[in-house]
Amino acid sequence: MSAGTEREPMPGRVEEGLSIPCSEDCLLRPGNTNCGGCGMSVGLTMLGRVLAESGDTCSLVIPACCGIVTAGGFPTTSYGVPVVASTFAAAPAFASGMASVRDLNGESGQVICWAGDGGTYDIGIATLSAAAERNENIIYICYDNEIYGNTGGQRSSATPPGARTSTTPSGKREGKKDIMSIMAAHRIPYVATLSIGHPEDYARKIRTALSLEGMRFLLLHSPCPTGWKSEPAESLLLVRLAVASGLFPLYEVWDGRTYRISVEPDWTDPAEYFSRQNRFSDHLIDLDATRRACREDFERLRILAEQFPHVD
Amino acid sequence: MALELVTGNHAAGYALSVAGEANRSARGAACGIYPITPQTEIVEYVAKFPFTKGRVVPVESEHSAMGVSIGASLAGARAFTASSSNGLAYMTENIMVAGFYRLPIVMVAVNRTLGPPWNIWADQGDTLMLRDFPWIQFYCEDNQDVLDTTLLAFRLAEDHRILLPALVAMDAFIISHTQMETQCPEQEQVDRFLPLLDLPHRMRQEHPTTMGGLVWPLEGMSQRLEIHEAMARVPEVYEECREAFRGEFERDVGGMIETFGTDDADLVVITSGTIASTARDVVRRRRQRGERIGYIKIRLYRPFPEAAIVEHCRTATKLAVLDRNYAAGQGGIFWQDIRAAFQGRRDDLLIQDYLTGLCGGDVTPVMIDAVIDDLGGRREAGSPMWMGIDAAVEAT
Repeated sequence: MSAGTEREPMPGRVEEGLSIPCSEDCLLRPGNTNCGGCGMSVGLTMLGRVLAESGDTCSLVIPACCGIVTAGGFPTTSYGVPVVASTFAAAPAFASGMASVRDLNGESGQVICWAGDGGTYDIGIATLSAAAERNENIIYICYDNEIYGNTGGQRSSATPPGARTSTTPSGKREGKKDIMSIMAAHRIPYVATLSIGHPEDYARKIRTALSLEGMRFLLLHSPCPTGWKSEPAESLLLVRLAVASGLFPLYEVWDGRTYRISVEPDWTDPAEYFSRQNRFSDHLIDLDATRRACREDFERLRILAEQFPHVD
Repeated sequence: MALELVTGNHAAGYALSVAGEANRSARGAACGIYPITPQTEIVEYVAKFPFTKGRVVPVESEHSAMGVSIGASLAGARAFTASSSNGLAYMTENIMVAGFYRLPIVMVAVNRTLGPPWNIWADQGDTLMLRDFPWIQFYCEDNQDVLDTTLLAFRLAEDHRILLPALVAMDAFIISHTQMETQCPEQEQVDRFLPLLDLPHRMRQEHPTTMGGLVWPLEGMSQRLEIHEAMARVPEVYEECREAFRGEFERDVGGMIETFGTDDADLVVITSGTIASTARDVVRRRRQRGERIGYIKIRLYRPFPEAAIVEHCRTATKLAVLDRNYAAGQGGIFWQDIRAAFQGRRDDLLIQDYLTGLCGGDVTPVMIDAVIDDLGGRREAGSPMWMGIDAAVEAT
């Protein structure tokens, strides 16, 4: 029994509750048609609450992904903020134009790209990289559900090894792209990972992003019960297990140079994370190698955080 | 107004820049730019222009260049860009989106042969592949035409009765890199000619809407109908813009089509772009010899000025369409539009296609004479003639 399972993280029993009430003008309104247990929905709601609490506003640029389906059918919309559907690969380009005109006119309000892992890791990476290199004054949030969810579950370069998708029916053999390192390597002001299972940490990082200028990149681990073949009620448990086991470290990077680890894993066995999702084929997951990789990757991060600590 | 010796690219860069600058007391100007031969000097000109309230974003691809311009336009700024050939092909998805979002973006396109194989010379195949999108399209004959049409395009595109993007095309090198005397208007004149941009559907924090979400078939089809109706209003609004242009700049930007000798012509030569200059000279010379030949230059291609063309061919029995473009498995693209315009109205008309100057070939007076001679001897239309390959040999 690992320390993590003794702690028994249970859905709905999140230790640190997000203490910001939902305002009337929600970013994501009630009554949308998103799946139960959708991490993206929770992420949007939390984003809206932190913006409202901060007295900030935003416009969303959403490429092809579940995020734009969320809006629902014309003339109604589930969004309480201005939204534009961008082309799949071009969200950061649309946002660059919008933010330029906002800044030319001395206006406030964030321009936020809200994109899935397909639009971020794959088809949109050139546009994203270019916007980061130009240090555009935008926030980019990738909700990473590790799959092309909107098209029914095909592999992306964010899909972890061993995960079955409709285009990797016997399990993906390749690794997951390390988008955090790629974005940090652009030396943009702020890069951080988010988990809906750690809402206060999530809120703090959004606040940090709001306080900075220039390109800010946030990676949200976003459970997708449909694609992960998991229980909707276990979504929060799953993302907490991912953090606890070291599979999805929560950390921040400033200017690509200074690091801080936000949540220390308790080294829960990742086997529990895998076993609760039917997308993983047991025979394709080398648990010993995965445990080793989690430790090694985290050690690398720890060295960076110790050698190059961020000082507020 | 200064008369300057400038290239077509310079004329285009100047027009885009002063048009952007003219919006400085509104929401400014912003655009994405990306180079490609032979339009590079246009975006270089824009990049170095000292905008009072503007930002030029040098991006990583044509797709993003239009993406940034779309974002800027959605935010209410005057937006524009330039591209060419395979760059337009790469940009295509966002070109389409600018149209469906009804954003009055103006793009100057230098017509260059699509590859492979690699070829940088003039061919209209690149912009004509965009012909079915909600974009107004102009084809220019010389540098002044490029400058004037670009300025006019902003006023036309931004008119609330239109709200469609506009493309201004010119032939590679023949215009883009050739210097001609060009009247370059002063900034104050352009300020007076172009009203400040007021995009009614720009994104506003105080009025949140979702643009581009899911629509049902009826709403989708209604949007297409609205585009069709806006396109139908272009001729009327164009003439108003032309009149305003004349009032400010004291010259005529030209009509949707330009005609010569069509009042009594038996045979009419129809073309566009720089081929028009040569064709007009040939027709003028042959008319002086007593031949009843007319000439039509198509300046506005989308919406297609069908009624004007039909009207100016009323005495003709034969039409020669000179296409510097080719639709695979079909033929010249202007030829298809012309045939469609007359179908059911003048089924007696002999409409013959001549593919001239494809992939950058020279279209000489000798070639146009050969076209007229070939058509004169025809009793019925045939498949497109590949001028400069075998047809010219046979015809002469």
